[in-house]
Amino acid sequence: MRKFKKLSACVLALAMTTGMLTGCGDDAGKDGGSSKKEASGKVYYLNFKPEAADQWKALAEAYTDETGVDVTVVTAASGTYESTLKSEIAKEEAPTLFQVNGPVGMATWKDYCYDLSNSDFYSHVKSDDFVLKSDDDSQVLGVAYVIETYGIIYNKKIFADYCATSGAKVSDISEINSFDKFKEVVEDMQSKKDELGILGAFTSAGMDSSSDWRFKTHLANLPIYYEYKDDGIDTTDAIKGTYLDNYKAIWDLYINNSTCEPSLLSGKTGEDATAEFSLGEACFYQNGTWAYGDISGNDVADEDLGMIPIYVGGEGEDKQGLCTGSENYWCVNKNASEDDIKATLDFMNWCITSDTGRDSICNDMGFVTPFDSFTEEYQPENPLVKIANEYVESDKTPVPWLFPTMPSETWKNNVGSALLEYAQGTGEWDAVKTAFVEGWAKERAASSDE
Amino acid sequence: MQNSIKKYFPVFLLPTFLAFIIGFIAPFAMGIYLSFCKFTTVTDAQFIGFKNYTKIFSEGDFTHALWYTSAFTVVTVIIINVIAFAIALALTKKIKGRNTFRTVFFMPNLIGGIVLGYIWQLLLNGILLNVGKTLSYSATYGFWGLVILMCWQQIGYMMIIYIAGIQNVPGDIIEAAQVDGVNKWQMLKDIILPMVMPSITVCTFLTLTNSFKLFDQNLALTNGEPSNMSELLALNIYRTFYGRNGWEGVGQAKAVVFFIIVAIIAVAQNKLTRAKEVEQ
Repeated sequence: MRKFKKLSACVLALAMTTGMLTGCGDDAGKDGGSSKKEASGKVYYLNFKPEAADQWKALAEAYTDETGVDVTVVTAASGTYESTLKSEIAKEEAPTLFQVNGPVGMATWKDYCYDLSNSDFYSHVKSDDFVLKSDDDSQVLGVAYVIETYGIIYNKKIFADYCATSGAKVSDISEINSFDKFKEVVEDMQSKKDELGILGAFTSAGMDSSSDWRFKTHLANLPIYYEYKDDGIDTTDAIKGTYLDNYKAIWDLYINNSTCEPSLLSGKTGEDATAEFSLGEACFYQNGTWAYGDISGNDVADEDLGMIPIYVGGEGEDKQGLCTGSENYWCVNKNASEDDIKATLDFMNWCITSDTGRDSICNDMGFVTPFDSFTEEYQPENPLVKIANEYVESDKTPVPWLFPTMPSETWKNNVGSALLEYAQGTGEWDAVKTAFVEGWAKERAASSDE
Repeated sequence: MQNSIKKYFPVFLLPTFLAFIIGFIAPFAMGIYLSFCKFTTVTDAQFIGFKNYTKIFSEGDFTHALWYTSAFTVVTVIIINVIAFAIALALTKKIKGRNTFRTVFFMPNLIGGIVLGYIWQLLLNGILLNVGKTLSYSATYGFWGLVILMCWQQIGYMMIIYIAGIQNVPGDIIEAAQVDGVNKWQMLKDIILPMVMPSITVCTFLTLTNSFKLFDQNLALTNGEPSNMSELLALNIYRTFYGRNGWEGVGQAKAVVFFIIVAIIAVAQNKLTRAKEVEQ
């Protein structure tokens, strides 16, 4: 019996140590937090944008070299920002600078936001359209630092090849100004994919978490936009889903004319779609200005990049522009120490006024910002941004980003799951409707329930 | 000797005890307290009583996850233990290269759950590609995908425990049995099995709790698709916690209920198999 006890003891000890060892690996990647330097305050920035993670790290190092102030940058993985923030902000060494995605995010975090109305930083913002204020408008709690645009990115070369085929539906991209026209072109292109040497008209509409936000969030913005526009509102507690048939039509178009079978979408990632586009295997790719870094440097030359609005068949859509807005608002943690808050404000100000900061933000990250300090010479080289600017200057009406009014993460996930089930043939479109309309009311009620 | 043990036991015990309090007791107590609170982050809680608990079953997703997890646990506990024991039996026989085999079988255990999940997702989706489907096609696919993954990861670990147990069966008992003329089946059923009962207790306990608590593999392999149908309890709790503003407390309350369920089952299992252990 003693032998057995010994055996059990050994085994249990083994089991426990395994548990302990797996639990420990977590913090290893977060560098810089504890390095000691002679400075009164320090900055901890929890970054939302994985595509700019390296650039932020480099910029933080440059700032530390220049001023001696410690700046830690941690980037949350795609789709995990809220959960990372929730656990990070409860820590002793909490982020001093974090991001919220808009009004709904601000509702969660307003108690943590420092009033920025007296900061130098805020004085550079061109318009109050780019800030989030407290309920009584007395405080500035969040300031957008990047303005982004998305639409349907296309490959001009493939498109030109298509226009040269016999029986092409259009002879120039400018002829596409409605959903019906776009659909004709896409379906015709799909049927000629072998002739054009492509795998599909659209890149795969992957529903992996690295890609599903393009559809459950960004694409869903359009039916929401047209409904809000009809009703003359900018947020709602109960959506009606007036334009869900349009949502279905464009989703059908995406999944039936792409590089892969609709039943395989769940395994397709954002990288898959980027790769397909940048290797010239597909012509159309729904994404935004931020995707330039991932696309560039491959088979598609910069001058071959184009972007058109996402037409869904709404009223007066020939005047519809690209979707322009922000879901990146900077907030300063008011629970941080005086010194840290000051260090953070200095850092933010430095980022948008110093030459190094401006150069990094506009050239390395390729961001368009709402600050007056970014003068003519600090406009990004990103060709997609240039297209976006041309659209803004034309007579087209930009579509605002309304997805920050979506009620919760659960809502987005449920709509995403329903879209996927519809695509792979295991669910009906009605499930999307239910998740969209009833889910909206339910999530709003659940989130505001005291 | 006795005296010095009495004198110095705190030196050996206290560090571990402290670690246990900081790493286990404190968060556990805090977790229970938080389940009665409304909070955004764990440091700014506001007491609201039993409200969170009333919301646990309000949507049916918790009940579904509970059944799904129970089915998953039953299947994996049986498969893992039977196969691990069989392999252990084979690898305690005198076969060439048995140490290599043991190492190979044990190795999957050294890979983290998330990595395993993604690797198996690629593998299984690659196979399902032949029929034009993916893991998220139905909850059944996800279920068996998880079972395969779990078996692959756990069998080697349990095998090592069973090998240790089998090797501990005293040679004289086996010899005596052989002299008495038992056949192979009787040897297994009446001699070896009762003698390795302590290992069985440990292994069933580990597989049972591991299956119930499974999280990272679930997150990486299916992420609950399709429509939360392949969501195990731990993932359901995680998603409740982070899915909506103001629902953190409900997630916490689910976690407490989850703890109670696992504790009851584990204690019952322990009692049951312990009773079958024989004095040597």
